Amino acid sequence: MMQISTIAIRVLALFLLMGAVTAPGGAKAENLVAALSNTQLVITSDYTGSSLAVFGTIESDAQTVPRVGSYDIVITIRGPRQAMTIREKSAFGFIWLNREQQKFPQAPAFLGVFSSRPIADITSEALRNRLKIGLDAVVGAPDFTNDRDTRDEPFRQALLRLKKQDNLYLQNEKGVVFLTPSLFKASVYIPATAPPGNYEVEVALFVDTALLSRHFSSFELIKSGFEQQVGDIAREWSLAYGLATALLAVFFGWLANVLFRRD
Amino acid sequence: MQIYLPIAEMPVSVLLILGMSACVGFISGIFGIGGGFLMTPLLIFLGVPPAIAVATQSAQIVASSTTSAITAFRRKALDLKLGIVLVAGGFVGSILGVWFFAAARRAGQLDLVIVVSYVSLFTIVGGLMLRETIRDLWSRHRGKAKPARRAGDHAAYLGWPLRMRFHRSKLYSSIIPIVGLALFIGFAGALLGVGGGFILVPALLYLFRVPTAVVVGTSQFQILCSSFIALVLHATANQAVDIVLALLLIIGAVFGAQIGTRAARHLKAEMFRFLLAILLLAVGIWFASELVIKPEEPFSIAISEKRS
Repeated sequence: MMQISTIAIRVLALFLLMGAVTAPGGAKAENLVAALSNTQLVITSDYTGSSLAVFGTIESDAQTVPRVGSYDIVITIRGPRQAMTIREKSAFGFIWLNREQQKFPQAPAFLGVFSSRPIADITSEALRNRLKIGLDAVVGAPDFTNDRDTRDEPFRQALLRLKKQDNLYLQNEKGVVFLTPSLFKASVYIPATAPPGNYEVEVALFVDTALLSRHFSSFELIKSGFEQQVGDIAREWSLAYGLATALLAVFFGWLANVLFRRD
Repeated sequence: MQIYLPIAEMPVSVLLILGMSACVGFISGIFGIGGGFLMTPLLIFLGVPPAIAVATQSAQIVASSTTSAITAFRRKALDLKLGIVLVAGGFVGSILGVWFFAAARRAGQLDLVIVVSYVSLFTIVGGLMLRETIRDLWSRHRGKAKPARRAGDHAAYLGWPLRMRFHRSKLYSSIIPIVGLALFIGFAGALLGVGGGFILVPALLYLFRVPTAVVVGTSQFQILCSSFIALVLHATANQAVDIVLALLLIIGAVFGAQIGTRAARHLKAEMFRFLLAILLLAVGIWFASELVIKPEEPFSIAISEKRS
């Protein structure tokens, strides 16, 4: 209930903001405004993932003929970058070994693409690849990993497949809903296995396959007090932390012995 | 009920982890082994990063071996003198193992070394024990029970120089083969990330003819010392110990180990050896099948580094 009311307040704030922003009227005919329901998501000890909403509106100025119904929105959420290695097992004699590998130095830990309709219909493949819109375009980008003619292709596909299995890479082509012809909303679920860090949110507006405007924002996924402190202590006081864990183990071992002692 | 692990950065089911660690604790209590070779793959299967799984499960081993060692000590089933010799030899062996670990990683063949060592150690140790047990059972079945151990009936290596008497183990042996065994266990333990109980227990049983009860107690003492050191090293070197996960594993394991230790008292020596042999063989065959059977998904993903 809390969350819904927070969202309602933010939407209200958004509308007020729109009035202020759109008044001067820039060079562009359409103006894209977007906001997130949360700019900070907190991981507590009972954390099982979190949801947030992306809201936005498309404002056209007085001179522009409204293009009702032809707006398309693609929202891309990129989690913190990680260096990943994909290894491939292949037969070596009669045993299977990790032999070939491919490194992905800057892959996002989480990647969610939400659109108002299938992205293949929204814009051309060339533009998608240039703007890195859609999972295939992100994973297939030349700078995603080092190019080795065609040999890198199976590794790119494997990364996409494995990340999709873990729900960390996903593409939802009905994920953006237009509430009115110019007001849209997307509900995003961040699974609990997505790591803490900074998440970038890119909202792209297309009209008739052309990119009209982009809006960038971000939110932060952080650990709450206890989780953060444990991490800090483990890093900065590692010897004491290790000894404490070991002594805790000895204590419980002794305690169980006392509790179970019958003779 | 889910709980978020602050270092592993993922949620796990509390009941699942407690149940798993209770089962592993039970097995470790029965056989006097640490159970790391069972717990580590289970945690990795749940999605815990391998480094954190290896490091954190040593906390469970510390806890379950503490409770087993105390129980054994009170029942006079712990040979402290033999234990200390094993711990000292094992410490030197671990240093050699860590060095070899780094060398194999430089050569790019660490995975292979680990899997092949697992397969060969488990199948050889398990196979030898099974053969011995079946031979015992067979000779008893034919009515020609193997005669009990006689004085002076011992293997030649026990008579090497530097002999030492271990009263509780009914052992009077040169310490050279004992230190050699400890070196090997420390070496294999550091290389494979296991305590080495599964090698130590059969070795003490078969090579040194130490009584079963004393084997289990002494092995638990050695495991306690080596996993305590491993836990602190993992915490300082890799910051890979998750205290919340450790606590869950500890609680499950200590109770499981208590029940296991009690169950072991009602177990006949032959049955004990037979079950341990089957367990080791099963794990060995499982690892071998991983190596031989064509994998369904040949690709795997490893996160090597976190960036902001």
